[in-house]
Amino acid sequence: MVSKISKKIYLFLMFAFLYIPIVVLIAFSFNDSKLQGVWSGFTLRWYIDLFKDAEILRALYITILIAILSSVISTIIGTFAAIGIHGIKGFNRNIILNLNYIPVLNPDIVTAISLMALFRFVKVEFGFITMLLSHIVFSIPYVILSVLPKLKQMNVNLAEAAMDLGATPFYALRKVIIPEIFPGIITGMLLAFTLSIDDFVISFFNTGHGISNLSITIYSMTRKGINPIINALSTLMFVVLLVLLLVINKRSDEDLKIGGN
Amino acid sequence: MMKNKKMIILLVITILSLTVLTACGEKKPTLNVYNWGDYIDKEVLKEFEEEFDVKVRYEDFGTNEDLYVKVKQGGSSYDVIFPSDYMIERMIKEDLLVKLDKYNIPNMDKIDDRFINLDYDPANEYSAPYMWGTVGIIYNKTMVDPLTKWADLWDEKYKDEIIMLKSQRDTLAVALKKLGYSMNTRDMGELEEAKAELIKQKPLVYSYLGDEIKGEIVGENAGVGVVWSGDAVTMIRQNPNLEYVIPEEGTNLWFDAMVIPKSAENKELAEKFINFMLRPEISAKNADYIGYSTPISAARELLPEDIKNSLVAYPTDDMIKNVEIFKDPTDIIAEYDRIWTDIMSEE
Amino acid sequence: MKLKRAAYPYIVWMMVFILMPLLLIVYFAFTSGDSQSFLDFTFSLNNFKRFFTPTYLKVLTRSVNLALLSTIISLIVGYPLAYIISKEKSKRQNIMILMLVIPMWMNFLLRTYAWLTLLGRNGFINNILAKIGVSPLNLMYNNKAILLGMVYNFLPFMVLPIYSVLTKIEKNLIEAAEDLGANSITIFRKVIFPLSLPGVITGITMVFIPAVSTFVISDLLGGGKYSLIGNVIEQQFRVTGDWHFGSALSIVLMIFILITMAFTSKIDKEKEGGGGGLW
Repeated sequence: MVSKISKKIYLFLMFAFLYIPIVVLIAFSFNDSKLQGVWSGFTLRWYIDLFKDAEILRALYITILIAILSSVISTIIGTFAAIGIHGIKGFNRNIILNLNYIPVLNPDIVTAISLMALFRFVKVEFGFITMLLSHIVFSIPYVILSVLPKLKQMNVNLAEAAMDLGATPFYALRKVIIPEIFPGIITGMLLAFTLSIDDFVISFFNTGHGISNLSITIYSMTRKGINPIINALSTLMFVVLLVLLLVINKRSDEDLKIGGN
Repeated sequence: MMKNKKMIILLVITILSLTVLTACGEKKPTLNVYNWGDYIDKEVLKEFEEEFDVKVRYEDFGTNEDLYVKVKQGGSSYDVIFPSDYMIERMIKEDLLVKLDKYNIPNMDKIDDRFINLDYDPANEYSAPYMWGTVGIIYNKTMVDPLTKWADLWDEKYKDEIIMLKSQRDTLAVALKKLGYSMNTRDMGELEEAKAELIKQKPLVYSYLGDEIKGEIVGENAGVGVVWSGDAVTMIRQNPNLEYVIPEEGTNLWFDAMVIPKSAENKELAEKFINFMLRPEISAKNADYIGYSTPISAARELLPEDIKNSLVAYPTDDMIKNVEIFKDPTDIIAEYDRIWTDIMSEE
Repeated sequence: MKLKRAAYPYIVWMMVFILMPLLLIVYFAFTSGDSQSFLDFTFSLNNFKRFFTPTYLKVLTRSVNLALLSTIISLIVGYPLAYIISKEKSKRQNIMILMLVIPMWMNFLLRTYAWLTLLGRNGFINNILAKIGVSPLNLMYNNKAILLGMVYNFLPFMVLPIYSVLTKIEKNLIEAAEDLGANSITIFRKVIFPLSLPGVITGITMVFIPAVSTFVISDLLGGGKYSLIGNVIEQQFRVTGDWHFGSALSIVLMIFILITMAFTSKIDKEKEGGGGGLW
């Protein structure tokens, strides 16, 4: 009995710890004062201001655009790479996998500056393209790591059999392999999307020409004093993601009921 | 399953083509401006865009060193940048700037004589002054006793009230001035002494910040801060309990100017922009908005009374008899870095 | 097998975007000269010599200490959470894991910044304290605030891998132990905990690496008062412009992390007789 109560208290404290800052952020998006920490009445003006603030809207646009492009491109490259790696055995496979692990294990700041050095070396102008490329670089390994286990579960002989029966490799890929590993591809793409949306360090070092995503905008705002507009924006993004998740969850529940599996 | 997949592919194609389309849009000439954070009235940029039918891409930086690194390492080309005195000196020395064509900038004549041909650009070939000011102490009358000198920042009674600048150069200058040395000293002994002073002061310091200082002091999270005069003007407007002093030991007199880097892609438009910024009514608009001091008397005349006559923004000659202008420290910059890291690694 | 070829483009990609950047960093670290012209560098060990002076060693020590401390705290508060969740019914499990992940959708910088609103001198907590007559506390801009920020941001990275390992432990193993008369503490000590070690190791690396290399958390919550190794690296690239020294520091940091990981995965292997360790 005692342990049950203490377990409840512990769970409560843990989730309170995780949620209090977020609740505070959301609450202060409705606060009628620029100063955070002092409540001075309810307002919606930050939400109205948000839709007038060209800088933040542009940052939002860039964030989403980069997230979509980088997750799609890295999913395509990563899926093909995973299929290929799956067919490679032994020593070479280990080298490839370890190389692939580097961006996952390296601290963000090291990945960021090493890419910056590369872009400097080949004399590319910093801006949208460098930011996009750097996001693709750190996303692909995650796609590969989510697709590989699905390939392992797949029946190895399926694709071989299809090709023996005269299917071109591309046909085998499209009709046999991709459908089998589709859940892994989706996981990888979502992972890449989330990583891209939340990234700060790598974007910070690999941007230029006034291209800034939300993280960079927020970082420069924290130096000038945060504007409640940013609270309003994150509240909206948070709600959108939450609703999206609930919808997906509900749909997959229904799918389960219909499919019976 | 198959239906889902097709939907996703369709979605992806739509998005990709949309991006390509938007990327191809608008082809106006673009001016890339790189300025200090919070250092312009954005309305002015809009006016420029409308009048000249161009697009201004505006970015901001935190310190002269940030700016230098960005310009020097290339990869981003700016048309107009706003470095301070010693950084202009360094950039001229390293051949990073182009000479201004005065013919395109007739408004140069409007600048007061005392702001041209200064040491960092002796013949005024490269730069057009933007704003100027001093560094001093701001304090909250209701929270702490008045301060008059840098040495007061070492007084125990201000413990946890003091915000110092997060800038290697400016903060070392404070300690050097406190000790009675030149802020341009190259003497390692004097720099080490200044370091020891700052380490001694660290337990009293609430934090080392950049532009955030404004919010922290106005919001009364701390009672004392080292700030630039123009910020002080804005802060006092927002919180009348604040008071700005130029410390007795003397301080740094600084100038920020507009220059055109070698990498500029649109020099002619950049000169038009500089000329535009030197128009008295435009300079006044900026000075009013950011609180800093304009080097153009005609612009000062257009300012509201409270700023026009403010001794914070426009100190008398007597108040600034004891000032120094920064000189380029490039060759000992690694020492500055080591000293700063030493201070930051103390408990 | 023809499908092997699908990997070739990515191998080229890795050469260009993973291997080459690292080689460039190594090249920078072992040379000196004007950072901006790649060709007039001369070989030099000065950058490493400079690192091995008390100034910079102290910074590394402080970063490692803070990162270790935050890892240990995350493990201590996170393990029970993972354990409790893994014992719940599957539907509740999903909900709780979701609740753990949801905060991570808020932008990382904002999540950290939110603590400023809470801990500031005129922040939320001090306002509440003032209402009940307690004088304001100094909660911000110190090592504790940095530590808090690290634990807050990285805790889910500790809980998730432990949880996923715990859910995979075979129920019959535990039942067998129960049948043999082991009490719940013994079962935990002898069966559950050892089997969850791979998750613990993953959790440790996933918390330790970002914590030891962060510069944002120390910047925002430390008020610029305490430099960590991440801050000094950032300083070299953005303030001083000394790419050589900055690269040398990055290499030191990487090597340090590799050693730590080799060490932890060795423990893992000894206990487990060969786990999924990488190095």
